[in-house]
Amino acid sequence: MSKTAPKLRIATTSLAGCFGCHMSFLDMDERLIPLLEHIAFDRSPLTDIKHCGPCDVGIIEGGLCNADNVHVLKEFRENCRILIAVGACAINGGVPAMRNHFSLRECLEESYLDGLGVDNPVIPDDAELPLLLNKVHPVHEAVQIDYFLPGCPPPADAFVEVLTALIEGREPSLPKNMLRYD
Amino acid sequence: MSKSENFRRIAIDPVSRVEGHGKITLLLDADNHVQEARFHIVEFRGFEKFIQGRPYEEVPYFVQRLCGICPVSHHLGAGKAVDQLVGVDALTPTATKLRRLLHFGQTLQSHALHFFHLSSPDLLFGFGSNPQQRNIVGIIEAYPDLALKGVKLRKFGQQVIAAIAGKRIHGAAALPGGMNKPLGEDERRQLLAGIDEIIGWCGEAVTLNEKIHLEHPENQRFAKMDSNFLSMVAADGALEIYHGGLRARKSDGSTIFDHLDYRKYFEVIREEVRPWSYMKFPYLTALGRETGWYRVGPLSRVNNCDFINTPLAETARQRFKAYANGGLVQDTLAYHWARMIEALHCAESIKQLLSDPEITGTDLIVHGERQQEGIGVIEAPRGTLFHHYRIDEQGLIEKANLIVSTTSNNQAMNESVRAVANSYLDGQEITEGLLNHLEVAVRAYDPCLSCATHALGKMPLQVELIDDSGSVVDRLSKSSYGEIERAI
Repeated sequence: MSKTAPKLRIATTSLAGCFGCHMSFLDMDERLIPLLEHIAFDRSPLTDIKHCGPCDVGIIEGGLCNADNVHVLKEFRENCRILIAVGACAINGGVPAMRNHFSLRECLEESYLDGLGVDNPVIPDDAELPLLLNKVHPVHEAVQIDYFLPGCPPPADAFVEVLTALIEGREPSLPKNMLRYD
Repeated sequence: MSKSENFRRIAIDPVSRVEGHGKITLLLDADNHVQEARFHIVEFRGFEKFIQGRPYEEVPYFVQRLCGICPVSHHLGAGKAVDQLVGVDALTPTATKLRRLLHFGQTLQSHALHFFHLSSPDLLFGFGSNPQQRNIVGIIEAYPDLALKGVKLRKFGQQVIAAIAGKRIHGAAALPGGMNKPLGEDERRQLLAGIDEIIGWCGEAVTLNEKIHLEHPENQRFAKMDSNFLSMVAADGALEIYHGGLRARKSDGSTIFDHLDYRKYFEVIREEVRPWSYMKFPYLTALGRETGWYRVGPLSRVNNCDFINTPLAETARQRFKAYANGGLVQDTLAYHWARMIEALHCAESIKQLLSDPEITGTDLIVHGERQQEGIGVIEAPRGTLFHHYRIDEQGLIEKANLIVSTTSNNQAMNESVRAVANSYLDGQEITEGLLNHLEVAVRAYDPCLSCATHALGKMPLQVELIDDSGSVVDRLSKSSYGEIERAI
C-alpha cells in the first residue's frame, strides 16, 4: 500500500435495510483509522455529502422497497466503478421482503387503518412520500452488481479484507469463516 | 398542497448522520419567510402485517432486524412479550442479570456511536462549519485522541453484546422464559479487565458535553421548547432501562401518571396518522391530540427519574438538575449531555453486573403456561419501546403492535425543526450551513429511521424497475387516491 497513491473514493448507502451492515462496517473499530490513509468517503450516512459523485467503490446495504431506493441505486451504479451488494437484504430482499407474501394494500391497512390505538385512520399518500414498490426486490434485479458480500450482517473482518484487497488492487479472498449466512 | 405551488420548496434529502433516513422540507415565500417546515419519515415496512402467521418464538429474531443499531432493544422488548406468552412472570436471577448486562452493553455502544460518530462534528466544529470536514473522519483528523476513545467505547459495548448473544449484531440471546447461554468465566474476566478505563472515558464524555452546553448559551436556546416527558422508572424512582413502570410528566413538572403497569399502555397512548409521514404521531390520551405529545429518550429519562443508582452518574445527574434549578431541563441540545450521563451509568452498571457472582450462573430458563397476549416494554437507547403480540391456539401471531422509540419523538422533532426554521432561516438567504441547523435539531433526538429516501422535485407518478438487460421487471403507478397499481 503506497501512501502516495490517490485515495480510493467510497460511497455507501442503506436502502431497505436496517443499518446493521453499516454498523458491522464500523465494527472494524480502530482498524478503520489506518485505512483512512487510503480511502475517502463520498456520499454516506456518515457524511453530509447528499449525492454520490464519481467513486471507485459503492457499498449498497438493503433491497428495493420504494422508488427512492431505485433512484439511489441507479445514482450509485452510474457513479461507482465497483458496486458491492452487502448483506441479506441487498442480496435476497431479507426481512423486508417478508411483506412479499402479502399485498401492499393489506400491509398499509394493517398499519394505518386497523392498528391498535390508531387515530385519524388514513393511508399516508403525500407527494413527499416515495412511491412504494408492490414487492421488495434484491438490488441485482435492477443494476449490475460486481461483488456480493453475504451475512446478516457480513462480519467486520470481511469488510477489512474487501477494502484492503481493493486498495492493493487484487481480488478479495474470503475464507469460509468470513462468508456468513446468519 | 395546492397553496404550496406558490412557494419555493427546499428539501434536505436525505437527512445525514442519523441512523436511517428521513427528509426535511421547507416551503418559503418570495421573501424567504418560512411557511411550512416538516420532517418526513419515508420508511414503510409493514411489519405488523407480515409477522402474522409466524410462530411466536421467531419474533425476537425477526424484530432485531428492524434496526441494526439497537437490535438488542427490539430483541429484548419482544423477548419480554414472549415471556408473557409462555406464562413466565419472573426469570431466574442469572437470566435477568444477563439481559440487563446485554442491554447496558447495547445502550453504551449506541450512545457512543451517536455522540462520537454522528453528532460530535456539529458540536465541536460548529453547526455551519465546512461540510467536507463535518464528519467522523474530520474528528479523527482534528481530535485523534477523542475519536479513538469514542471508537473504543462503542467497541466495548459491542463486545459485551457479543459475549452474551454470540455476535455483535443480530445475535441469539433471549429465549421464551429465559436466556440461550451462560456467560463464560473467561469472557467475564476479559470484559472486567477493561471496564475502569471505559468508565473513565464515559466520565470525560459527560464533562465535555456538560462544558459544551454550559459554555454556549445559543445551544441552550436552540430548539428549546416545553414538552411533556414519558419514560420508565424503577419502583423506587431510579433511572431504569430494562424493567419498571411508566411515568409521564407535564412540562410544568406535574405528574400525569406514575408507576403505570406498561401492559396498560394502550389506555394512555393513542397514535395519530398524518398523510405526509409514514411515522405516526403518538400522544397521551389524557391530554388529547393537540397538547398530548411528549418526548422520550435520554433527556426524558434523566429528567423523569428521582435518582441514578450508580455513584458517578448520580453526581452527573445532580449537576444536570442543578442547571435547571431542580426543574425539568427542556433544552433540546441537552439530549447530548443526558445521553452521556446514561453512557456513564451503563459503564458503571456493567462493572457491577460483571462483578456479581450470579452473572456466570447456568440456571437460565423458567417454564409456564401458554397465554394469548404478551406486551413487552423496554427503554431503548432512543426511548420507550413497546412490543405487543397476540397469538392463536397454534402459537402463531394473530396481531402485532409496535410503538418504536423514535415514533414517540415524531411531533417533538417536527416542533424542533419548525422552531429552528423560524429562528435561524426565516427571511435569510438559505445556505448549506443554515440547512445543517435543521439537521442538528433532528440529530439531538438520535432518531432511528432505518430506511431510505432520495428524491428531488416532484415524485414521479409512475416508476419502472428495469433489469440490467434493459427489460422492465416492474412498473407501478399511483392513482389520485394514493392507490398503487401494478401495470405489468
